[in-house]
Amino acid sequence: MGFRAGMIGLHSRDDNAIRLPAMTIQVNVRLFASLRERVGCGEAVLELPAGATAAEAWARLADGPLPDNTLVAVNREYTDAGHRLADGDELAFFPPVTGG
Amino acid sequence: MKVALAPAALDPWAEVSAHQQSLRPGAFGATAVFVGTMRDFNDGEAVEGMFLEHYPGMTEAHLERIAAEALARWDLLDVLVVHRVGEIAPGEPIVVTAAWSAHRGEAFAACRYLMGELKSRAPFWKKERLREGERWVAFKTPAEE
Repeated sequence: MGFRAGMIGLHSRDDNAIRLPAMTIQVNVRLFASLRERVGCGEAVLELPAGATAAEAWARLADGPLPDNTLVAVNREYTDAGHRLADGDELAFFPPVTGG
Repeated sequence: MKVALAPAALDPWAEVSAHQQSLRPGAFGATAVFVGTMRDFNDGEAVEGMFLEHYPGMTEAHLERIAAEALARWDLLDVLVVHRVGEIAPGEPIVVTAAWSAHRGEAFAACRYLMGELKSRAPFWKKERLREGERWVAFKTPAEE
């Protein structure tokens, strides 16, 4: 996918380039604890424009901004809401952890 | 290193004892163990039960990373982390962490580190069942605990 995207970028400078539809990505979203209950589901598949951030994915799932203390993980690693998503990413939102 | 999630009743002492069998007798002089057990009260209310939610895959990976960090940071023989998931009742153990070393200082420090990092980084969430209704347990900083 990355290679193809690069080719489209090169061709778009060419006057004779064929206009292709904007690239979209698919991400698998996981929600836990109070955020799962708030959104009403634990898993969702979202189609987003290429370059979309985790915060933009949240805006598709729920009314209102991401709650202040929300933790964000992409592919099971902590990150932040500004993280730019890639096709096939597993994105998770959850409240502060309370184990132990 | 042993890291595990326990979906059913957890016997922390059996876990420590069984894991210690894998270590060479005479190689360690100190075993530090922490056991966390569910109370029947929290924040001034009686608690009747609790559900421990986790993030399959991410929780195990982070526990393994925390255990590896402890092994890298102190001179230890080994560490153990076992955490309950699912439905749990007051009086039941929630978590056991243990560290084995030649001398007590490193075992104590590593055992404290395992619990501190687990509480701040490992994806677990507790939902308490009260006499009336349920509530998600709020995150507490170490100073608030």
